Amino acid sequence: MTVVRHGFLGALSPGHRKRLATFGHDVSFPGGTRIFDEDGVADRFWIIRSGLVALDVHVPGRREAVLETLGEGDLLGWSWLFEPYRWHLGAQARSTVSAFEFDAERVRAACEEDPSFGLALTNCVAQVIARRLKSTRIRLLDLYGPSDAGES
Amino acid sequence: MTAAAPLTARPGAAPVPYRVAEREAETPDTATIVLEPVRSALQPFAPGQFAMVYAFGVGDIPLSVSGIDGRRLTHTVRTVGAVSGALNGLRRGDTVGVRGPFGTDWELPAAAGKDLLVVAGGIGLAPLRPLVRDALAAPERYGRLNVLIGARTPHELLYTGDVRGWQSAARILTTVDRADPPWQGEVGVVTTLLDRAAFSPGASAAFICGPEPMIRAAAGELVHRGVDPEQIRVSLERNVHCATGHCGHCQLGPLLLCRDGPVISWTKAQPLLMVREL
Amino acid sequence: MADDGGMAAVIGKDGLEALITVLAGRGRTVVGPTVRDGAIVLSEISSGAELPYGWGVELEAGIYRLRAREDGAVFAHSAGPQSWKTFLHPPRERQWTADRGADGELMVTEDRTSPPSYAFLGVRPCDLRAIAIQDRVLTGGMYSDPAYRGRRERAFLVAAECTEPGATCFCVSMGTGPAVGPGYDLALTEVLDSDGHRFLVRIGSEEGESVLAELPRRPADAATRTAASERVADAADRMGRSMPLVDLRVLMRETLTAERWDDVAARCLTCGNCTMVCPTCFCTTTEDVTDLTGDHAERWRRWESCFDLDFSHLQAGPVRNSSRSRYRQWATHKLGTWYDQFDSSGCVGCGRCIVWCPVGIDITEEAHALNLEREAPQQEPGQGPS
Repeated sequence: MTVVRHGFLGALSPGHRKRLATFGHDVSFPGGTRIFDEDGVADRFWIIRSGLVALDVHVPGRREAVLETLGEGDLLGWSWLFEPYRWHLGAQARSTVSAFEFDAERVRAACEEDPSFGLALTNCVAQVIARRLKSTRIRLLDLYGPSDAGES
Repeated sequence: MTAAAPLTARPGAAPVPYRVAEREAETPDTATIVLEPVRSALQPFAPGQFAMVYAFGVGDIPLSVSGIDGRRLTHTVRTVGAVSGALNGLRRGDTVGVRGPFGTDWELPAAAGKDLLVVAGGIGLAPLRPLVRDALAAPERYGRLNVLIGARTPHELLYTGDVRGWQSAARILTTVDRADPPWQGEVGVVTTLLDRAAFSPGASAAFICGPEPMIRAAAGELVHRGVDPEQIRVSLERNVHCATGHCGHCQLGPLLLCRDGPVISWTKAQPLLMVREL
Repeated sequence: MADDGGMAAVIGKDGLEALITVLAGRGRTVVGPTVRDGAIVLSEISSGAELPYGWGVELEAGIYRLRAREDGAVFAHSAGPQSWKTFLHPPRERQWTADRGADGELMVTEDRTSPPSYAFLGVRPCDLRAIAIQDRVLTGGMYSDPAYRGRRERAFLVAAECTEPGATCFCVSMGTGPAVGPGYDLALTEVLDSDGHRFLVRIGSEEGESVLAELPRRPADAATRTAASERVADAADRMGRSMPLVDLRVLMRETLTAERWDDVAARCLTCGNCTMVCPTCFCTTTEDVTDLTGDHAERWRRWESCFDLDFSHLQAGPVRNSSRSRYRQWATHKLGTWYDQFDSSGCVGCGRCIVWCPVGIDITEEAHALNLEREAPQQEPGQGPS
């Protein structure tokens, strides 16, 4: 498995990384594939090797609104780690995507069985969530947007 | 204290007439204007420096050069008030007054041999465009060139023609805060593009311009990844009025940004930006 | 008191009168102190009779009162509400005009009206330093302000050493007085004793020397010299205020987040009086106006204060929104970051900001409080009295 320096796996020790790899296999999605939908069962997750995946939300009367895109080295999906194990966003391949796919149930079982592995992996996922929260907050500022005030 | 010799043309004193040679709308509220001197030209500008551009009877505002072509100056202006509105509304043949060049520049030549990271948010791409052009013109002098561009929406992306042209020689990564359906590119904050940039943190130089929170986030992320803060140059904005260091408006702690900025190192900027309301 | 190289002279009240006449005769606009509206102001004068003979002042934080003096001294008053910047760096001035020709072309004309040739009479040592500081700001950098430079180069400065400091004075702390420093054309030291009311005059320039040559005078005698230097030395011991004996530049840099700023912000009205009366505050803004035809425009410059909310205006609003941040900007600039920007302190210790503050905020008191807060041992949480 490729080690992505700043990607999801960066913070795992070589041993834990190896262990996680035993639960994964290569997959590929042609562009346009719906990888999962909102409220679907979160029984898998992916680490993207190449290509772009859009996370979207369904708004009645509108096409899927894309909230964020994920690319090389990113973790796709974290709802599998927390109850009720259901996706809260949808995901669609924007281009041909190749990724490692993991069986969530087996990974969760391994976490239960080996708390040190479980803690390390949870820690990794928490860091991803924290980074996405930070990014989202910056975007909430609408920094490039027009402002009421102007130079006089 | 800047101890440069006084310039003979006294460019600080009164504006020099320039004529609008070209105007191109970039977005509904942003236009790029190309100015050529009516008679004598100002001293040459360096990427990162700015001019004070005067709209007749309305006033003047600082505008970085978004293009430098011999005697011609290019500026990209977004309407946010009376002066920028007047400048945005100029047509070919109109005249404006220009003072400059003012301030520090990006100092690209100092980054020779290094991987380059150009990080632009919104209209922050304007002062970085001439830097990218210079880097592309001398590829043998620098390592890998990465241009990371963030915009609010796909419609608000600047210089789309130029940027397409850069793609063959540089890694261009673009993202938007809000996508509309035809957009097939990335959606997210510009700092996330760093994951996809090609650079060796220990041998890189970064050039960042955009809204201050974006600058802080991008510079912070680069330092976290191991880029030397001294190799990160940021362009800051304060209320520049006179541009000659005489009016006091553009102070940021010990700095007069019209003179000591707008481009400063992250080492210098970081502690100042951390003090609220400085 | 500086060495005068034996060129010093002594003049009497008639000599002072003649000084005004000689300077006016040389085409100069003579500006000096005079009593008006219950204060000693700076104004154009044409005779010695307009000088404030027999007037002193009583100063305190937020208080300024004229007080009659029995000794008839003319320079025994400290700083008034104005400073010389009113003349050298006027509150409002036109910088250039622009005209739009028939073809739409822009023509810009710099204001080139011949600047007045001033003679300032009675420049205090603190104010002499303030002029040098403004010189540095407005003409010492990469760009020189042409209008200021024009007036400054033509100005003739008659300094008056300080023999009667006010209760708000702290020039000794700032190293600017009460003895005069360099930069004058002539320097006067007023002496009043049994030998009479007279002035020791020292020469600081060639023009000063030629002006002095036209005055009724006698060579400086040892007794007058001694009396003059004693009076100045004595003034140094009677400063009403002082700054903490620390590096103020470092103090300002290290206390940017001090709680004391909240304390002063609770009192500060952000009226900007301190910036208007400060002899070194130089900040300005611009105004653009057009006439009715729309083809003639003018660029004016006027004083502005860092206490104005608009001062730090950016697209999204002012950078310095709170009064805390605006007072801190003023004080830290004056005492600290001025060094970074212009290689000196921006404060000369004249005390005007203390006197003319409507709520009596005292920059020396604030500096002491900041220093105390910095020196105070860090309180550890949870440690009650034992």
